[in-house]
Amino acid sequence: MEAFITHTGIGAPLRRSNVDTDQIIPAEYLKRITRHGYEDALFKAWRDDESFVLNHPIYKTATVLVAGPEFGTGSSREHAVWALMDYGFKVVISPRFADIFRGNSGKGGLLTAQVTDEVTEQLWAYLEADPGAKITVDLPSQQITAGEIVASFEIDPYVKWRLLEGLDDIGITMQQLDQIDTFEQNRASWRPKTTA
Amino acid sequence: MAKTLSEKVWDAHVVAEGEGNSPDLLYVDLHLVHEVTSPQAFDGLRTAGRKVRRPDLTVATEDHNVPTLNIDKPIADPISRAQVEALRKNCDEFGVPRYSLGHAEQGIVHVVGPQTGLTQPGMTIVCGDSHTSTHGAFGALAFGIGTSEVEHVLATQTLPLKKFKTMAVTVNNKLPDGVTAKDLILTIIAKIGTGGGQGYVLEYRGEAVRNLSMEGRMTMCNMSIEGGARAGMIAPDETTFAYIEGRDRAPKGKDWEKALEYWRTLPTDDGATFDHEVILDAATLSPFVTWGTNPGQGVPLSAAVPDPAQFSDPVERTAAERALQYMDLQPGTKLKDVFVDTVFLGSCTNGRIEDLRAAAEIIKGKKLANNLKMIVVPGSARVRLQAEAEGLDQVFLGAGAEWRSAGCSMCLGMNPDKLSRGERAASTSNRNFEGRQGPGGRTHLVSPQVAAATAILGHLAEPKDLGM
Ligand code: SF4
Repeated sequence: MEAFITHTGIGAPLRRSNVDTDQIIPAEYLKRITRHGYEDALFKAWRDDESFVLNHPIYKTATVLVAGPEFGTGSSREHAVWALMDYGFKVVISPRFADIFRGNSGKGGLLTAQVTDEVTEQLWAYLEADPGAKITVDLPSQQITAGEIVASFEIDPYVKWRLLEGLDDIGITMQQLDQIDTFEQNRASWRPKTTA
Repeated sequence: MAKTLSEKVWDAHVVAEGEGNSPDLLYVDLHLVHEVTSPQAFDGLRTAGRKVRRPDLTVATEDHNVPTLNIDKPIADPISRAQVEALRKNCDEFGVPRYSLGHAEQGIVHVVGPQTGLTQPGMTIVCGDSHTSTHGAFGALAFGIGTSEVEHVLATQTLPLKKFKTMAVTVNNKLPDGVTAKDLILTIIAKIGTGGGQGYVLEYRGEAVRNLSMEGRMTMCNMSIEGGARAGMIAPDETTFAYIEGRDRAPKGKDWEKALEYWRTLPTDDGATFDHEVILDAATLSPFVTWGTNPGQGVPLSAAVPDPAQFSDPVERTAAERALQYMDLQPGTKLKDVFVDTVFLGSCTNGRIEDLRAAAEIIKGKKLANNLKMIVVPGSARVRLQAEAEGLDQVFLGAGAEWRSAGCSMCLGMNPDKLSRGERAASTSNRNFEGRQGPGGRTHLVSPQVAAATAILGHLAEPKDLGM
């Protein structure tokens, strides 16, 4: 996974709450067996509507998404993270993220920056007043800068560390194989098995 | 120290405690796999040259995009077929047992675990599917994970995780006649909101919960995720043990005694504290239905579509306006005056035998309303067989409904079972998101009983409206 330190890019204002993962990527795209190539599937149903924010040409190269609360609720599909990243997004800013989505983002290297409702509102106003304006998201200082706006964001300290280091979870766990072996030796023998 | 149910299960599975900000490393007792969220995970293993650590604690089923008609023929949609074939190939290559189409245990992953007896109290259970919370009905700590985590569990049988916070949802008194577990959980979600459970594992307790059957408990735990919670749990009791005893994978003989002894230690200790508590009075509940496009947007079936102007929270107000537009509903319209085109009975929320029985009892001897389509999709091949043995298929067919093979079907419309644009459905599934059951489709979430009454009357209705 690529390390994340600091990023500056065009911010796209998505004035919606409860953006569930079915909206981020509809089920029909989940039939694929690859990890990439989902950029066209992102917000598919909404993109059929011309006035949808990402259809504005200026947001073709947007990398920071600013969305309303309860972002990423619903299905656990990691395809939602892949679709956002394939489109080019590096950061999603929202007042609240669904747990599974936030976890998936951390694994894939997409930064989920949690801010207050007021900051979200300010960022929307800033981006809408000046379409194509940029936002800087700095992970070490947990700070967002956009024009005059300077705000801090929240992120789980462990996820932050992993993103900064670009570490992959399986690699970390593989260093604890001895402990897994020990745990297994002490497991009750009556626990069910899936094989005969 | 007094502990809650979820804390006990957690503590019993810590392989390595996290230091400082690091998560604990948690052991996984059972990993359920399906075709949609696993191909990229198996690919990852292959690329890294890794094996599945415990194929004997892993099992796969085909559910999300399998057809529910002509299942003896090759899957017609080439992309769905490729995905199902990838699962079979991956399982065979890595030694993971699988229940493929045609197998009696094939079905929706959250119906399969309990019916085989693999789902047991005190276990940690994961699956690349958010409704894994279903298994919490047995007093297991069960939750959905993403594909990267699926790969992690396949490779290590563990997951790095931070402890969830705990919330008690206490439902006092008895549910009135005709009010089901589905109505109860929809009411809870409307109360706490779609984000209310964020970061929590919910423990459902109280008289109304204790009185529920295992099927009802599964319906409740299933929809915990719709309230934002990662998991829902119910302490195991005699109802739980009676359900498990004798099932294929249940402990037998001496092992059964040992297991029982352990399971009885699991319920939350007196004096244990929760981070948060919500209390409801079951006696005040009635059949419940959603009017909007998230599962928190619901009201009693006897009520009217709310007026967005009445919402004090501006975010909720905008969401309600959008939802009513999408749903093509006017504020003030009585929900019982809302006519539907399709009724879907099925899914991991309400596709078990008890759900089919409840609906069949209402439908028996009647005909579907004019121009209304009803599809009945059992949660698993075993449920289908059982229903047929009881003659339920004839009840549905006799009324004019379609009787299908097992799978997720119209719950998410990945297979050919979809709503068309503008079509309105009463659905026993769990998500009413825009386009969830097909692009442009409109969903009202209901219980099997309400689904059945609606199928007969043509508009949203409860059995009472049929004089039952
Ligand atoms: S029935 Fe619906 S909610 Fe349940 S696992 Fe299948 S798609 Fe998911």
